[in-house]
Amino acid sequence: MNPSERTQRVPPSGIRRFFELAEEMDDVISLGVGEPDFTAPWSAREAAIDSLERGRTSYTANRGMAELREAIATTVDEQYDLDYDPDEEIIVTAGASEAIDVAFRALLDPGDRVAVAQPAYISYVPGVIFAGGDPVRVPTREEDAFKLTVDTLEAHDAGEADVLVLCYPNNPTGAIMTREELAPIAAFARENDLTVLSDEIYAELTYGRDHTSIATLPGMRERTVVFNGFSKAYAMTGLRLGYALAPPETIRAMNRIHQYSLLSAPTTAQYAALDALEHADDAVAEMRTQYDRRRRFVLSRFAEMGIDCFEAEGAFYVFPESPWPDAEAFAEALLDETGVAVVPGDVFGAGGEGHLRVSYATGLEDLREAMARIEAFVE
Amino acid sequence: MSVREEVLSLLGENARYSTADLARQTGADEDEIEATIEALEDEGVIRGYQAVVDWRRIDDEPVRALVECNVTLDRETGYDDIADRLAKFPEVESLRLVSGEYDFSMGVRADSMSAVSRFVSEKVAPVPEITQTVTHYLMTTYKERGVEFDDGHDDDRLSVSP
Repeated sequence: MNPSERTQRVPPSGIRRFFELAEEMDDVISLGVGEPDFTAPWSAREAAIDSLERGRTSYTANRGMAELREAIATTVDEQYDLDYDPDEEIIVTAGASEAIDVAFRALLDPGDRVAVAQPAYISYVPGVIFAGGDPVRVPTREEDAFKLTVDTLEAHDAGEADVLVLCYPNNPTGAIMTREELAPIAAFARENDLTVLSDEIYAELTYGRDHTSIATLPGMRERTVVFNGFSKAYAMTGLRLGYALAPPETIRAMNRIHQYSLLSAPTTAQYAALDALEHADDAVAEMRTQYDRRRRFVLSRFAEMGIDCFEAEGAFYVFPESPWPDAEAFAEALLDETGVAVVPGDVFGAGGEGHLRVSYATGLEDLREAMARIEAFVE
Repeated sequence: MSVREEVLSLLGENARYSTADLARQTGADEDEIEATIEALEDEGVIRGYQAVVDWRRIDDEPVRALVECNVTLDRETGYDDIADRLAKFPEVESLRLVSGEYDFSMGVRADSMSAVSRFVSEKVAPVPEITQTVTHYLMTTYKERGVEFDDGHDDDRLSVSP
């Protein structure tokens, strides 16, 4: 059999290689993990168990259980001022990843250009290619604290694209964007008639200030698809549940693909998510407190080592400069000699070169030990 | 959270955090952390630092019991007076006035069951204000001060993921 040309165009993820290197070693402390070290709140897990005991093992509505969509609508309204109709403007998916994939397929025609602000989560460019679109990489810059600017967009002719993808709070840099910083991006999108796909999966994890969704800026709601989910804030990665918010015609188009591929998101996970929205506020707040302490700890340690690291204000990553210009070589040597795994920034696309993604979704004891090993290695 | 609240919360989680690590986690400087801890100790907010021990893993595990005590009060004797007297016994690990069916909940620790029984019958029951005691021997501790005593769950996450 011959795999399709478009799958051949997408190389395997660079994450995979580091995963394999790390797996070969014993006693690795991994700061390379893109998921919480907490487990899902017990009440959400119990709701999943309860749903199984009650025999709730059927499909749900394609767009997700009505109750869950209502709870999502209430939550996003209260937390992010996002006002979406649960019947027409919300779709529940198997992880935000499915929502993103479905959105590309629902919105792109062959050859449509998609500007992707990078460094960013590794799935956007492959998703665009699989959907037949044409990705345009837009590298953000350290001097802008990895925020997207109009200068950067213009420098890469993003105005000629049809779609703009952005992810703030950002994986891998931990950068966030405030309302003031989003305003010129929104103006650029309006002037150039761009559809904006905004991955806000880390929205709950900002430190010191609240998250702003670009969809809340004037004239943006009608041209934006917002992605969010339960993986990061509720530590529910393995339950695979996310959602998208968009105007009715976009959700209808996305649902057309979703209903033929997934039918509906996993039912057990939907029950867990419903409970999480209703009962897990305290658990989320506690996780956020722990992440913030570790964030400050890791930033302080890099500062003490004299390693440049801009102050990340979101997600659970910091993005220091690699002590060696070749971040990949550094990460490999660090793993080999100290057993500490970090991910070189270039894995996350343009703009990530020369940096390392360091995840602090790891207990403080391990963080302390890992930072001590990095310090000794660098010296 | 104020620095004071942060320090209390962090020491509640792990009393062995160094002042340097407390400073790194809170963003305060080390002098401020030290002054804060000193003030918390001086004011009697922090009363001590102890390890959370799973005694089952120790060869000569002590015997522990929870003793419910009912008391009668009179004009001269209040709860505090009785508590003051009971708390002085070294066998008493904890002593709390509680609402409900009985008055005091007393944690007792000794080397053997007979030593606990002797302590309750010879030292506690004879206190004139104590009208009744019910002794519950502790069989297994599953969780103490927020720490679960199971074998912990291994981190089963992929070592590197996107």
